[in-house]
Amino acid sequence: MLAAVPNPLAVQPRRIRRVVQETHDAFTLELDAHDGGHAFKPGQFNMLYVFGVGEVPISVSGDPAQPRTIVHTTREVGTVTRAMRALRKGAALGVRGPYGQPWPLERAIGRDVVLVAGGIGLAPLRPVLYDIVAHRRDFGNVVLLYGARSPEDILFRRELERWRALHAVDVSVTVDRAAGAWPGHVGVVPSLIARAPFDPPNAVALVCGPEVMMRFSADGLRKRGVRADAIFVAMERNMKCAVGLCGHCQFGPFFVCKDGSVFPYERVQRLLDGREI
Amino acid sequence: MREPLPSTGVAQPTEASPTGGAITLSVVQLDALLQAVRADGCQLVGPTVRDSAIVYGAISGVGDLPAGWTEVQDAGTYRLQRRADDALFGYALGPHAWKQFFFAPRLKLWQATRQGDTFTVSDEQPPPPRLALVGARACELHAIAIQDRVFLHGGFVDPDYAARRDGALVIAVNCGQAGGTCFCVSMQTGPRATRGFDLVLTELLDGGHRFLAESGSDRGAALLGQAGGEPAAAGDRAAADQIVARTAQSMGRAFETAGVKDLLYRSSEHPRWDEVATRCLSCANCTLVCPTCFCSTVEDVTDLTGDHAERWRRWDSCFTQEFSYIHGGPVRASARSRYRQWLTHKLASWIDQFGTSGCVGCGRCITWCPVGIDLTEEIRAIRGTDGAAPQEESR
Amino acid sequence: MNSVETLEPILSAHPFFHDLDPHYLSIIVGCARNVRFRTGDFLFRSGEEATQFFLIRAGRVALEVSAPGRPPLIIQTVGEGEILGFSWLIPPYCTVFDARAVEATRAIALDGTCLRAKCEADHSVGYELLKRVAQIMQERLQQTRLQLLDVYGQRT
Repeated sequence: MLAAVPNPLAVQPRRIRRVVQETHDAFTLELDAHDGGHAFKPGQFNMLYVFGVGEVPISVSGDPAQPRTIVHTTREVGTVTRAMRALRKGAALGVRGPYGQPWPLERAIGRDVVLVAGGIGLAPLRPVLYDIVAHRRDFGNVVLLYGARSPEDILFRRELERWRALHAVDVSVTVDRAAGAWPGHVGVVPSLIARAPFDPPNAVALVCGPEVMMRFSADGLRKRGVRADAIFVAMERNMKCAVGLCGHCQFGPFFVCKDGSVFPYERVQRLLDGREI
Repeated sequence: MREPLPSTGVAQPTEASPTGGAITLSVVQLDALLQAVRADGCQLVGPTVRDSAIVYGAISGVGDLPAGWTEVQDAGTYRLQRRADDALFGYALGPHAWKQFFFAPRLKLWQATRQGDTFTVSDEQPPPPRLALVGARACELHAIAIQDRVFLHGGFVDPDYAARRDGALVIAVNCGQAGGTCFCVSMQTGPRATRGFDLVLTELLDGGHRFLAESGSDRGAALLGQAGGEPAAAGDRAAADQIVARTAQSMGRAFETAGVKDLLYRSSEHPRWDEVATRCLSCANCTLVCPTCFCSTVEDVTDLTGDHAERWRRWDSCFTQEFSYIHGGPVRASARSRYRQWLTHKLASWIDQFGTSGCVGCGRCITWCPVGIDLTEEIRAIRGTDGAAPQEESR
Repeated sequence: MNSVETLEPILSAHPFFHDLDPHYLSIIVGCARNVRFRTGDFLFRSGEEATQFFLIRAGRVALEVSAPGRPPLIIQTVGEGEILGFSWLIPPYCTVFDARAVEATRAIALDGTCLRAKCEADHSVGYELLKRVAQIMQERLQQTRLQLLDVYGQRT
């Protein structure tokens, strides 16, 4: 007698509506959701499956107010993402999700919000910005500090400009290296924290990027006076099932897929300081 | 679904909690009971001798049980040995755990077929066989309950595990001898089976080969009611108690559980990890024989035409190099970090994740480690030098 | 042209001299003057005598390296509240990089020879200055090391 348990791990084919090359190695896929829409919360991820190749976890990078379109921005870093890049408009990509803990934006209502993004880490934070901009009056100062490898690697340039110009988001972009024509900051993103315009004891910080960058940014935020329980980071680990069963994504006692990927910094600080955890 | 067993660390009652009176069964009557279970549509799985070990597989009755066999086991060694009598359950534990029957080593999750620009996915599974486990030990019942917590009560229900677990009959056996690496007493998981079974047997040899049988569920009581045995004599009950008490006193290992979670959490840089890393081969044997290890991986395969794809789940181990791989390399590149991960997970993180220890004291990881690494010894060493810092000089 | 008396409050307002004892400030201010740069102006070029220590008050300056046949490579930018120039302190007092204003920039320029003389004459002035310079150097070194890690680059 079969137990009547439905299978939420079922992969759904979703049609690619648009492919956008963002930078030399980063691209965005926009997929048609089913009629009910693919609802998600900022910070969550889907498992994306390329037929016959494999499956990877990618954060949703679209607008939570537009669930009819599933949006993912990623870099080509391995077999599956390279195969994903080769898909054309009209092809199907397998989707299951969303999974994971979202950014706790409700903690920031009435307070200043500092978003610190490194590299492709801006993609999982973009849904937060859409949310903030749609409810701008619910928040105090909103600051985006974004570090990229070089000017050619900057994502979402037009949206950065729009948020700055129209939605009272203080956007500072820095790059690790640049050639002479670049008129902006050159230096690592933690160096932007000291002079960013926000009130530290009254701020919530959301940090997303490579682990090294997140550690130094969290450090910089603490030095500036942001409380450790008001800083949130997004962890990344190998994932196979995305529902806390395969064991691959364990990070100390936490399953990144279901206890994260967003974690309060103070909960994971000791683990971040360890090696090969 | 049967209620999960209480967490280790809580005192177990010393007497069985039967739902009916104890019955004495002869070997013939026991076989008849097993045949009745088969006739009811259950596939019997139980211990049998194969490949120089006592392993679990399909059996057709008491004739397939390892009559007259026992084993001698210690760290890194296991040998079968003949007994002087014909005991059917006269051994402790072999390399197999019951997890292979509920948590399938290989499972096709779904298959997909390309259709133009898109593809269709189908995940119909044939219904799994209804199983009857014969000869499950107390520690193994705890291990099954621990895996129930992982696969059924962890926030996501694994449908295949649920289907296989549903309706499985469990016939337990109280251990008549302790294994060379057993420490169920320290983990409070045995040697007496108290919950999680339909029937529990204690094998009696003195004065005639027979079994003291007690039920642990309505289904077990019904089976006993039709088994044709006699109500157990007081002497038989006393003999059974003595056997279990003797087993409890002859454990191969001991393990102090107090404070082990915090000990491991604060010992991530203890020099003992460097020491065990010089011995550990990362062979993954411990995770394969462990009755609670649950890690798995997913394989996406396709046929030569590229039009048909399948996703398979198979057992995996945190000891493999690629287990923790994220673009560029593994997070846990050294054997040191992988051994530390396994032991810390098993004895510490598991408590925060699932409310109990992940270890039931079966000792299989000690026996089946090719270099004989003994986790009771490792924890003793870490405790003994709690707070030690890594050596400054290079090795 | 501002008289030296009005530069003290400007100096003490700059983060580099935060909490500096007014006594030391009054000694140092004698080396200070206001300076302005338009976009594209060079504060200094590599291979020159390092004569000045800049406290940036507004704008942005790029520290860059030029190489033949390619655009100059920017190593770091410094902006409002930050400082520029260490070579005035360390023999042979020679600049190593180009420093170009990428936007209109206002700064206080402290004459290097003057500052060194004050430090030699009164070592406690020198100690106060060096404590602050050392802290900035540590921050710059940490940041440079992080840049070297190329954390956003492709992992091989």
